[in-house]
Amino acid sequence: MRTTEKQFDVLVVGGGPAGLAAASSAAEHGVRVGLADDNPALGGQIWRKGIAGAYPQAENCSKKLQSAGVEILCGARVFDCPSPNLLIAETQDDLLELRFRKLVLATGARERFLPFPGWTIPNVMGAGGLQALVKSGYSIVGKKVLLAGTGPLLLAVAAYLRAHGAQLVMICEQASLWQLAKFGVCLLKHRDKITQARVLRKDLAGVPFVTSSWPVAAEGNEALKAVLISRGGRIEKIDCDFLGCGFHLVPNTELAAFLGCRLRQGFVEVDHIQQSSEAGIFCAGEPTGIGGVELSVVEGQIAGHAAAGQEDLARSLFSRSQKLRKFADTLDRTFALRPELRALAAAETIICRCEDVAYGRLKQQTSWRAAKLQTRCGMGPCQGRVCGPQTEFLFGWSPDSVRPPIFPARVETLGTPLRDVEPDYCEMRGQQ
Amino acid sequence: MPEEIMLTVNGQIVRMPPGATVAAAIATASAYCRSSVNGEPRTVLCGMGVCFECRTEIDGRPHQRSCQIVCSPGMKVNTQHL
Repeated sequence: MRTTEKQFDVLVVGGGPAGLAAASSAAEHGVRVGLADDNPALGGQIWRKGIAGAYPQAENCSKKLQSAGVEILCGARVFDCPSPNLLIAETQDDLLELRFRKLVLATGARERFLPFPGWTIPNVMGAGGLQALVKSGYSIVGKKVLLAGTGPLLLAVAAYLRAHGAQLVMICEQASLWQLAKFGVCLLKHRDKITQARVLRKDLAGVPFVTSSWPVAAEGNEALKAVLISRGGRIEKIDCDFLGCGFHLVPNTELAAFLGCRLRQGFVEVDHIQQSSEAGIFCAGEPTGIGGVELSVVEGQIAGHAAAGQEDLARSLFSRSQKLRKFADTLDRTFALRPELRALAAAETIICRCEDVAYGRLKQQTSWRAAKLQTRCGMGPCQGRVCGPQTEFLFGWSPDSVRPPIFPARVETLGTPLRDVEPDYCEMRGQQ
Repeated sequence: MPEEIMLTVNGQIVRMPPGATVAAAIATASAYCRSSVNGEPRTVLCGMGVCFECRTEIDGRPHQRSCQIVCSPGMKVNTQHL
C-alpha cells in the first residue's frame, strides 16, 4: 500500500455540480487546487457518468479544470482529519494525505429511504438508485417500473427511464395535489423551471401520475413482483419488476460535522460567502440546503472564489444565489413528508439494513445512542446514512457525534503511519 | 462499435458495455450482490456508494461496493459470500 502526499491552496471535496464549480472558480485565480471525489468519475449524482459517457456540463468543466492544472482525484474517500489542514482519503489501493490551506466541502446529498414491509426485497431501490443502475449499464428495456416517494427527482428519473425503454406503470407522489399546485404557481417565477416542467410533461405523457399516494408494501420471493400502494383511501396492487422509491434528499453533512462545522436544522450553516462556522472551511451545494443544481453551481462559484481569497467576487454572486434559494425553500414546503408514512413499518420490517435490525426492536429504544448500543443499529458499513434518516423521521432521534473513520476504511489503511503527525494521534486513533 | 467487456458473475459469463459498473453486471446476470445478516438476498439500493448493500467479492477482494467499480475484462465476481 502506497501513501501519496499532496498539498493544495484549495482542496475541494466532492466532484458534483457544486464541487466542479468551486474548483473551477478557485482555479481562475492561479492558486493550487485539488478536487477529490469518491465516485469513479466526476459529475456527482445528477451528472453521473455512465455507459453513455459524461454529461456535457461535467465534461466541459473537467476539461477546464485539467487545462487550469487542477489535480483531480477520483475514487478517493475522505475518512479522517488527523490534524488541522490535513484530510486523509482512501483509494482502491492507496492512501492519500491531502494538505490544504482552505477547504471547500461539496459533498452533496443522498436519497432518504423510509421503511415499509418488503422494502428490502431485491429490485426495490432508490429512484435515483435505479437511475444510477441504468446509467451504469443495466438495460431497463421492457421492464415494468413503478416510481414512488416524493420530490422532483421522481419525475426526472421517470423521464430518463422511459427514454431508456422502461415501461413506467405509475408515479406515486405522496404530496397532495394542492401542495403541488402551489409549487407549480411558484415555478412561474423561474422561467427555466417552466421549460423543464414542459419538457417533463411531454416526456411523461400517458404515464399515470398519482398524488397523495405512497407504497404500503412490496411483494416478491427472491425479487420484486408487485407493490401495494395507497391511493384515494384504497389499497391497489401494481405488478412491476422494479420499484424506484425515494423520499427527497438528505444532505451529506458527516464530514462537515466531523470537522466541527455548525449545523442548523440538519444543514451546514454558512454565511453569504459560503464560509462555515469553521474558519477556512467553506461549504456549497446540497449540504447547505437542498436546492437543486443551479443553486449548487452558484454556491460552488461563491465558495471557490472565496476560498481563493477573492471575497468581493464571491459576494457579487450572492444575490443570484438568494433568488435560487427561494426555489429551495419552496421545495422543502411542497415535499414535506406526511405522517401516514410513519405508520407503514411492521414489527418485523427491517430498519437497519446493515445489521438487520427490525422496527419492533427499535421502537423500544429511547435514543439513537441507546439503539446503537442495544441493537447495533447504525454500526454497520453505512454508519447510519440509511437508517439515520429513517429513525429521525420515525422516532425523532438524531445521531450524536461523528467519529472517524467517517467512511469505512481498510484495516491496512488505518494501520498506516502518517507523516508529520504526532505519534500520540496514531495511538489515540487505535483506541477509537 | 466499442468493444464489450467480458466478465464472470458466479462463473456465468456476462457481457457489458464499456463504463458499466459491476453492480449493473450483477443485475444483468439476475444475481444479487450479497446476503444480509439473516440470510436475505440484497442488492443495489442507493446506487451511489453510501448504503453498502451492493457490496460483493470482486477478484477475491470482499466488501467491494460494486456500484462504484467499473467492469474490467476478465473480472471474477462472486456474490455468494456474506
